[in-house]
Amino acid sequence: MATQTKERVALTGNEAAALAMKQINPDVCAAYPITPQTEIMQIFSSYVADGLVDTELVTVESEHSAMSASIGAAAAGARAMTATSSQGLALMWEMLYIAAGLRLPIVMPMVNRALSAPINIHCDHSDSMGCRDSGWIQINSENAQEVYDNLIQAIRIAEHPDIQLPAMVTFDGFIISHGMEIVDTLNDDDVKAFIGPYKPAYSLLDVDHPITVGAIDFTDYYFEHRRAVAEPMFHAHKVIEAVAAEFEQKFGRKYGLFEAYKMDDAEVAIVVLGSTAGTAKVVVDELREQGIKAGLVKIRVFRPFPYRQLADTLSGVRAVAVMDRSDGLSGFGGPVFGEVRSALYDAKQRPIVVDYVYGLGGRDITLEHISSVYQDLLTIQKTGEVPTQLVKYLGVRE
Amino acid sequence: MAKLTEIRWHGRGGQGAKTAALLFGEALLGQGKYIQAFPEYGPERMGAPVQSYNRISDQPITIHCGVTSPQVVVVLDPTLMDTVDVTSGLPEDGTIIINTDQPASKFRQKLGLNSQRVHTVDASRIAMETIGRNIPNTPMMGALVRVTGLVDLEEMLEDTKKKLEKKFRSKPEVIEGNLAAIRRAYDEVKSDQEG
Repeated sequence: MATQTKERVALTGNEAAALAMKQINPDVCAAYPITPQTEIMQIFSSYVADGLVDTELVTVESEHSAMSASIGAAAAGARAMTATSSQGLALMWEMLYIAAGLRLPIVMPMVNRALSAPINIHCDHSDSMGCRDSGWIQINSENAQEVYDNLIQAIRIAEHPDIQLPAMVTFDGFIISHGMEIVDTLNDDDVKAFIGPYKPAYSLLDVDHPITVGAIDFTDYYFEHRRAVAEPMFHAHKVIEAVAAEFEQKFGRKYGLFEAYKMDDAEVAIVVLGSTAGTAKVVVDELREQGIKAGLVKIRVFRPFPYRQLADTLSGVRAVAVMDRSDGLSGFGGPVFGEVRSALYDAKQRPIVVDYVYGLGGRDITLEHISSVYQDLLTIQKTGEVPTQLVKYLGVRE
Repeated sequence: MAKLTEIRWHGRGGQGAKTAALLFGEALLGQGKYIQAFPEYGPERMGAPVQSYNRISDQPITIHCGVTSPQVVVVLDPTLMDTVDVTSGLPEDGTIIINTDQPASKFRQKLGLNSQRVHTVDASRIAMETIGRNIPNTPMMGALVRVTGLVDLEEMLEDTKKKLEKKFRSKPEVIEGNLAAIRRAYDEVKSDQEG
């Protein structure tokens, strides 16, 4: 089927997210402002005021309440959405786990912003990385187009009968949220047909089939219920790939668990997520022109983590640099580093893997920074030696 | 990426430097270009120096770092040049366009420029005479089109007209004023090489 682009328009990431939400037309949306997400809810609330969506907009007094309201709505059988950033996500913390534990497919744009202290409004991934073990599916976006496409796909993924988990679609604060670029949009009807109506398996309002939500489990059943939450994460990749395949077939844009850019014969590679991947592609192209076999892996789905597929792609690469836009403060680098290194433990030909923590609090990551990482990788490839310093900080004054 | 043009806009908070980048990006999108437009975010105050940026290419743009070495610098407020290094990162073959009633030759020495192209246009006066308000960002788009040759003026005006007609249906004078401002700045922008 041909690509059904409605219109090519210039949108910021926040505008793209709001447009996707308008076309998704959720039953309930809980709204609370926080920079740099505020604009999404500001635009969406104008859609509500103008009668362009059927959504019940609930203005709440905190992010904790935003997630609580979303949970209540979803438990009642509604398609529920909200959006947040940074401290807002942190304030949602206990409710994030409850949304996942109750298997409620809430979908949330999450605009990445650094966590305090010191106070900062700019991009890093500390916020979403912090809740990586909360049971939410995490889909990362490189640009405004991906924000739009990922949100539409996230509805299908979260609500899939085999998944039934909440999903957040992340994108870089200011860099993407406030940067305007080209987005190919879809027709309202095509989005509506793609996501389909939401048919919850259970609903608090279905009085003919009464259920209990939020019950207590002691040592008798808690473990079994938590085990059940873990189960869809083992299979979600299949659903995510199937939804992506259908999206590509209908709309012409290809998505996967991650993007392997010029990886077929790559000898050195960077693993990265978010907007930096786009910048790094320019460096890969330059290196390729010089005959250097450089590649890049952009992780789209961070939860569940595609460890097996990543190991297949990275096996045989001589040196890999993971780029972490958050610091694990673990004494062992950032969270992406830990995952990638672990994934490669069983690789047939295990690369040397190093970590670069970069871009905290919005510190610019330039072509020169990324070039320097590839130069380090080429040195490692040449010597074949594991550097004594596995974790480096890129672009910091020290 | 074959050819990427990067532009930096200098203005003061409230003068429309951000809007200028967004409008210019949208105008070029209408001409089939790939574009980015983004402001520099910091503590924003009315009147404080602010910057915004455009990237323009015939191919998709994936780069997402800051613009540090723009080919073109646009100065919306000439008084900025006393306090802000507006030529920072401007390459030897770069271009600067200044909103001023002074001749371009005056600025080459003042800014310490060598082989860069210096252009001036009295965008504030043009804006006052066409739109009725001192919003120099609209005429500056005309000057930019002339100096960069990125798109055809008539086609861009046609596209801008359509966009403005959607926004200002009840105010045809706003549409005519803006279009006239772009056209006049296109015609009136001067370089110090032209004497």
